[in-house]
Amino acid sequence: MASPGAASARRAVRLPPPAVLAAGAVLLLILLAGLLPGLLTGVSPTATDPVNALQPPGAAHPLGTDQLGRDVFARLVHGAGPALALGFGSTVLAVVGGAALGLAAALGGPVADRLLMRAADVLLALPATLLALLVIAVLGTGTGNLVLAIGIALVPGYGRLVRSEALLVRRSGYVEAAVTLGVPRRSLILRHVLPNSLAPLLTLATVGFGTALIAASGLSFLGLGPRPPSPEWGAMLSEGRGFLATAWWLGVFPGAAVTLTVAAVTVVGRHLQQRFTRRSP
Amino acid sequence: MTTHQAPPVADRAGAVEPAAARPPRLPALLRAGLRRLVGALAVLFGAATLAFAALQLIPGDPVATLLGPATTTPPEVREAIRHDLGYDQPVVVQYLHYLGGLLRADLGQSYQLQRPVSDLIAEQLGPTAQLALTAVLLALLIAVLSAVATAGRRPALKALTAAWELVAVSTPSYWLGLVLLTVFSFQLRLFPVAGADGVAALVLPAVTLALPLAGTLAQVLREGLEAALGQPFAVTARARGLSRAGVVLRHALRHAAVPLMTLTGWLTGSLLGGTVLVESVFGRPGVGSLVLAAVNSRDVPVVIGVVLLSALVFVVISTAVDLLAGVLDPRLGNR
Repeated sequence: MASPGAASARRAVRLPPPAVLAAGAVLLLILLAGLLPGLLTGVSPTATDPVNALQPPGAAHPLGTDQLGRDVFARLVHGAGPALALGFGSTVLAVVGGAALGLAAALGGPVADRLLMRAADVLLALPATLLALLVIAVLGTGTGNLVLAIGIALVPGYGRLVRSEALLVRRSGYVEAAVTLGVPRRSLILRHVLPNSLAPLLTLATVGFGTALIAASGLSFLGLGPRPPSPEWGAMLSEGRGFLATAWWLGVFPGAAVTLTVAAVTVVGRHLQQRFTRRSP
Repeated sequence: MTTHQAPPVADRAGAVEPAAARPPRLPALLRAGLRRLVGALAVLFGAATLAFAALQLIPGDPVATLLGPATTTPPEVREAIRHDLGYDQPVVVQYLHYLGGLLRADLGQSYQLQRPVSDLIAEQLGPTAQLALTAVLLALLIAVLSAVATAGRRPALKALTAAWELVAVSTPSYWLGLVLLTVFSFQLRLFPVAGADGVAALVLPAVTLALPLAGTLAQVLREGLEAALGQPFAVTARARGLSRAGVVLRHALRHAAVPLMTLTGWLTGSLLGGTVLVESVFGRPGVGSLVLAAVNSRDVPVVIGVVLLSALVFVVISTAVDLLAGVLDPRLGNR
């Protein structure tokens, strides 16, 4: 932990450590691939070329070609968008759901608090993957249902955090002052409790994005998400697994992309957590 | 350093509410134990209610789903089946009936296979239990070795350890499985490509399941060891002339063992989720393969059966581990 003192006070802006900067740069590159894949590769991710099928990595195809002769690097770059969208979508759902659950529990009175926290206990007793599979079994497969399933599975974790933060904020001096001044309940929640619970929620969501990405690409790998022509990373691994005996590159690169993304996001997220964690109530 | 890799795990620590502490030890422990048991039963009751709700949410007529796509069954036979299965009763009666069935380990009937769900799960439990237990033991071994070897050491070594822990928790288990499969089964031909016959077929799946687990456990154990090494008793032991390794093994490890045990219990209780992916990658039979097939054919009763089994395993293990932690560390016993 950095020691607060004269040195840090003199420099208004402290640069994060090099590992965090590197992780941030990697993250920006992956984000660029997700938003503007055309900038990183001119090759089409869906153009088949049966003559050059299953080519190992080389000059013409830096990461090789798949069983239909499609360029693996181009598919990887174009797959960043769908892969990140799955992780991002389910994280947003989980954060919004968690914020609603946590605020309702913290501010809704003791009965609501007990009931909601018991419900969260039930969901926390189930592995997220299994809970997501249950949602998909009931609703059916598909990209939208996959995002919904993982979002639901991750709600209780965020709900607990928001509840404990909201309880801390509610007992703080400025909120009690606002109550004394007669600020209506609605604006009390929206203007004081929610914004002041937000920083820890968003930093947890940064690390949680990695968890969501692993879960989403895993279900996609099981064939429960985007369908085959999509170059989403989990779907790419699912398509490539039949050719591992002869084409190792089909099994290696998409998974490496997931790992790199998750590692980068985890490093950045933990740095944010260290900087923004509430020291004392 | 905070470890918020998986939000659920990180937040479970707050699940226990402090109870009023009274001087006599045993009643306090007993009371804490009773609280845990009531909490555990409440979670199981909630899971059963969730299961019933999920069954009610399936679109379409359950009798039609049970009979399959063949539409030759006459309406009066359908009504007879509906009556036999109790689907013509009010929802509350159906709910109580369902809860009663669960108490007798009756998980209902599979839509696709027309067999009791409890039989289907019992048949697949062996390979999965074998895989999960092997993986947990392996993960503990790796975590303890890694943390004991590096806690309180030079910064360079610690950075290296932190790096492997980061990679271990960032790697999706299914991808690790694919890579191990490519290297050791397809290239080196050391292990079988699929199946669950013998010890050789267990090695790669167990390693796949264990490594991400080991990364999480090693992180927590290393932080626990370093916190313990900074305590006055550790400094005193060093001053008495005990070696660094001696302090770690004889003193620090005991202090870090209780949180490690609690976390291991929680992670073990959640392992049924991870086995779905690992069993799929390695073509192993087991509960994970059963649930995946059921999801694909939308055989909801089977999925629910596995979910309830997972809840039961989680609740039993985490309650046992919590109670044990309270006994081992009296400071926790009063909670």
